[in-house]
Amino acid sequence: MSPAHSASLSSTSKIGLWLLLAPILLWLSLLIILPHVDMVLISLQERISSRNYSFSVSNYTAFFTEPLYWNTFVRTAVMSIIATALTLLIAFPISYYIAKMLTGRLKTALFVLCLIPFWVSELVRTYGWMIILRETGLISTFLQWAGLADQPIEMLYNDAAIMVGLIYTSMLFMVVPLVSTLDSLDNSLIEAGYDLGGNSWNVLKDIIIPHAMPGIVSGCIVVFMLTLGNYLTPTLLGGKDSLWFTEQIYTQFITRFNWEQGAAFGMLLLFLSSLIVWAGLKLSKQSFSKVMS
Amino acid sequence: MIPTIASSRFFRFSYIFYVACFFIFLMAPLVVVAVFSFNDSMFPSLPWNGGTLDWYFNDTEPKLGIFHDSELLESIWTSVSIAIATTIASLALATCNAFLFEREQFPGKNLLYILMLTPLVIPGVILGVSILVFSSSIANWVEMQFGYDIEALRPGLTLVIIGQFAFITTISTLVISARLRKFDSTLEEAAMNLGANRMTAIATVTLPYLKPALIGAGIVSFLMSFENFNTTLMLVGSDAPLTIAMFDRLKEGSTPVLNAVSVILMTGSACLALLSLFVQRKEA
Repeated sequence: MSPAHSASLSSTSKIGLWLLLAPILLWLSLLIILPHVDMVLISLQERISSRNYSFSVSNYTAFFTEPLYWNTFVRTAVMSIIATALTLLIAFPISYYIAKMLTGRLKTALFVLCLIPFWVSELVRTYGWMIILRETGLISTFLQWAGLADQPIEMLYNDAAIMVGLIYTSMLFMVVPLVSTLDSLDNSLIEAGYDLGGNSWNVLKDIIIPHAMPGIVSGCIVVFMLTLGNYLTPTLLGGKDSLWFTEQIYTQFITRFNWEQGAAFGMLLLFLSSLIVWAGLKLSKQSFSKVMS
Repeated sequence: MIPTIASSRFFRFSYIFYVACFFIFLMAPLVVVAVFSFNDSMFPSLPWNGGTLDWYFNDTEPKLGIFHDSELLESIWTSVSIAIATTIASLALATCNAFLFEREQFPGKNLLYILMLTPLVIPGVILGVSILVFSSSIANWVEMQFGYDIEALRPGLTLVIIGQFAFITTISTLVISARLRKFDSTLEEAAMNLGANRMTAIATVTLPYLKPALIGAGIVSFLMSFENFNTTLMLVGSDAPLTIAMFDRLKEGSTPVLNAVSVILMTGSACLALLSLFVQRKEA
């Protein structure tokens, strides 16, 4: 290859590199980075009079001094953690069953069956739960029919209903990573565990769970994220008093048109979710880019 | 706890019972929604008043069927347009991204990769409001400087497409990258040895290889856009996409026409899901 030729090749590939870099840089800066920077700036403003703003942290102090805001925030976080833990507890035996107890067609069939509800919009899923749980719904009518209740029972608009909805909505994001990590566990390791005298509990604790850890962590992170940021399920199943933090953000932005306060709330939620995701990665010694792709 | 290890009968039965309960839990809401779309009642609840197809085909109020409910039909069309635009835009950028991350070496690549993944961990509502805030800032600034209002930067369809594009691109990138990683690049070199230039080689060898991933990513993008609620809610203007229109009706307590819409949605998603499974099966 002549020197001139190789020079031209490297210069075209440099142009090629920039042609590939430009779109992603535009996308990330215009749609992800700058909007969040702008939101931080807006959250640090206080409206003094119309069109007149000054720098202030009052939107953040309002959060800490108003118990409703603060309580809703903590409540959302706690409920999300509980929902994540319950989803893991429910999904683990199912994933284990699909990955380790089944083979062939039945395995594929059950796995696909797990995915089906999630091809349907979240709104429809939540709507289904409303029909089941409401006063004139299936469970209430069934209980009356069976003689276990003498009047209609309202099962919507409480924390349990929210929890059912959140767990249902999150299930896929837990089952898929769990099945794929458990699938890669060699059966002979489990047999070896028993051969060496371990009981089911030892095998679960010392072999299966450590092997499934990457799946557990990635499932938990995604489920936690989606739950914390969920708006639809808490609003519809929890009614007016669902007290979910995304609802507060919506109220500030759309109902009250107080963008400064809303932006501050948004940043607080983003900070909380990032913090917990980061802590989860650190505790489990996983890397973000590995877990997410 | 694997089939080759003996376990008690009681344990095996209770395990299977648990799995069965789980699948009932998984399917119950969908079955219920579908069944109640045929209930001859003004409310999507019991008692059962006999079967009817009114919620699909009836053309008069108060039992307006979905095929005559112009408001819902329009919102379906709005959703489809948004989804098509979002899918095309995100596929184009995702393909560029896949080539960038799989083929190129440059300083800061890891950092850029992590940034590319961040939309996955930003709650949808926050992504929505941040884009709302930023686009209004730009629109307000332009209006102050030039006295011209950029309609596209105010809440509305364009902003919804931009908002969905912002995070769906990440998912498409992951799908396409995964396939590109498996590509044997000597095939491309062979094409170039046979006289093709780089662009031709990519267009005739690499892109056809990527086709299943492109179709798969396209279907996923379309469905994610169609279903999206959180980001859309913050950016929506006067034309409501289907999820928003249904949400508004749900809050008022609607008729089983919503069940009929849901059944149509389920059928549509199921067809797309089967199509994507089929595409993946064929290439595997």
